[in-house]
Amino acid sequence: MKGSKASNLLRRLLYALIAIVGVATLVFVLLRMVPGNPVATLLGEHADKETVERISSSLGLDKPLPVQFADYLLGALRGDFGQSYTLGKPVSELIGPAFVNTLWLALAAALVSWVVGIACGLAAAIHKSTIVDRLFMGFSLLGVSLPVFMVAMLLQYVFARYLHWLPVAGVTDWTGYILPAIALGWGSAGSIARLVRSSVIEVLQQDYIDTARAKGRTGTQILVLHALRNAMLPVITLMAMQFSGLLSGAFITETIFSINGIGRLAVQAIAGRDIPLLQGTTLLCTFVIVMGNLVADLLYSVCDPRVRKEA
Amino acid sequence: MDPSGNFDVTSMAEGELGLSSPSVVYEEPASVWHRLARNHKISIVSIVVILLFVLGAIFAPLLTPYEYDAVSLSERLMPPSPTHLFGTDEVGRDVLTRMLYGSRMSLIIGIVPTMLSMAIGTLIGMTAGYFGGKVDTIIMRVADIVMSFPSMLLAMVVMYTLGGGTFNVFLTMAFVGWAGVARVVRSETLKLKESEYVEAARIMGVRRFRIIARHILPNCLPTIIVLFTLDIPAAILTESSLSFLGMGVQPPSASWGLMVNAGRAFLYHAPWLCFAPCLAIMVIVLAFNYLGDGLRDVLDPHLQSQ
Repeated sequence: MKGSKASNLLRRLLYALIAIVGVATLVFVLLRMVPGNPVATLLGEHADKETVERISSSLGLDKPLPVQFADYLLGALRGDFGQSYTLGKPVSELIGPAFVNTLWLALAAALVSWVVGIACGLAAAIHKSTIVDRLFMGFSLLGVSLPVFMVAMLLQYVFARYLHWLPVAGVTDWTGYILPAIALGWGSAGSIARLVRSSVIEVLQQDYIDTARAKGRTGTQILVLHALRNAMLPVITLMAMQFSGLLSGAFITETIFSINGIGRLAVQAIAGRDIPLLQGTTLLCTFVIVMGNLVADLLYSVCDPRVRKEA
Repeated sequence: MDPSGNFDVTSMAEGELGLSSPSVVYEEPASVWHRLARNHKISIVSIVVILLFVLGAIFAPLLTPYEYDAVSLSERLMPPSPTHLFGTDEVGRDVLTRMLYGSRMSLIIGIVPTMLSMAIGTLIGMTAGYFGGKVDTIIMRVADIVMSFPSMLLAMVVMYTLGGGTFNVFLTMAFVGWAGVARVVRSETLKLKESEYVEAARIMGVRRFRIIARHILPNCLPTIIVLFTLDIPAAILTESSLSFLGMGVQPPSASWGLMVNAGRAFLYHAPWLCFAPCLAIMVIVLAFNYLGDGLRDVLDPHLQSQ
């Protein structure tokens, strides 16, 4: 039994590794398919041929593609993603602090989405098929249907420009994270609420809820100790999966609120045709997502004895 | 038992028990539309809304007296008024007109690439699920790779490689979308493969291709239709986000995301520039989501718990 558990973990780790190397390869291939010499593009039309060649060779762009690929993979393993073309610093120095900012934003957004999502979902499930249910579910579908940039701009307009309660953009202290976190967490709050609702409703129909009730447990005890606890299983998976969505949303949120995070860096990298920077940000995002999914898988099997047995 | 027997039993039961309403048990299974109309009235509203948008997109030139690219510098940034219902933009173009023309782009980008990714994802998912083994492992690992990319970033990288433009947005969206479809179709195929009628067909010597085409595909269809309906709004949102960042549809084409992108600079002086396209995105995405929800409940109750 124990052996199969270990091999299961190993298999998952291997899959995660394959996914990361796969993304690294895909990004490399995609970015090398862009026509033209990137250095020539960067320097503009008026650069002479010698300068272009000199810079290309100093960046290692004159080597054959397989060698470049190997250099890039080995470098990435050591945490070395090369030198940014546009910002003149090593990519690893740029993505580190940016990642910390994004992580704070994502965590704050996750907190918003969990608290709002679970509260709304639970309220809707308890008041199933009533006006409360419809109101909350309509609200959550609205959350899923609004583009991130729309929520972000609306919040910015109302709370920063009109009411002057919070900073418009940029982060000087924690208040700067409030609006971006709400904008980013809004969408996933909607999907979490919907899942919590259907999950709680399903659990409340189980026999052990009747047993608990017969034993004289109060409504709150049943909800917290039995229903919510069991209903959270699928929700945990969704939460981890949504980390990928949060990162995607961060591209827009960070751009609108001028937060120096990984998403804004990637947008800048694309605008500046900065290939090493783009490769670095992409790999970091992928790493985080793959690890998030791995943790979700493991967490799920820890929380649910049935899955543990099957595995 | 012949069909008339059924009716006899019903009428007998009714007569004996004195039931006034006819028994529901023997009713023909209601069509999807009837069930939608009965249980999900909002889906019907959604269909009407979507149709209105489609008609608006097709007949845009007839619905508005303005050209979508008619510059009128004397009418710059005019607030909404009876002549310009949603106001005018920074070069005096009518916002409502641009919104109508923009709906062409947004609807096409919502539907065409989604069809493409559905077709690719279904084909790949059924292949992986039916043949299993190494084919399955390889296909699912590739799908993993595509899915461990944040969709926005993948779309951005592909757009960077291909360059901006409408056709490239199509390709990008299909490239990003197929993996999720393949996963769901694969698990559906795995379930169907074990069903008795597929086994029976296999024992009868039906060729594999025919089994997939005649038994697996039709039974996957409800799931595929639901996914399709729910992926359209997702595609519209992705396109609008890409265009918002300036990496999607390029001017002078009009798309809602592009309009928001252009209007953002004037958010505080002329909020109507962003308001109109945002409203359009919200309404059409909500309509598709409601319709998808309704279809899921009616066609495929299993999907809900996933």
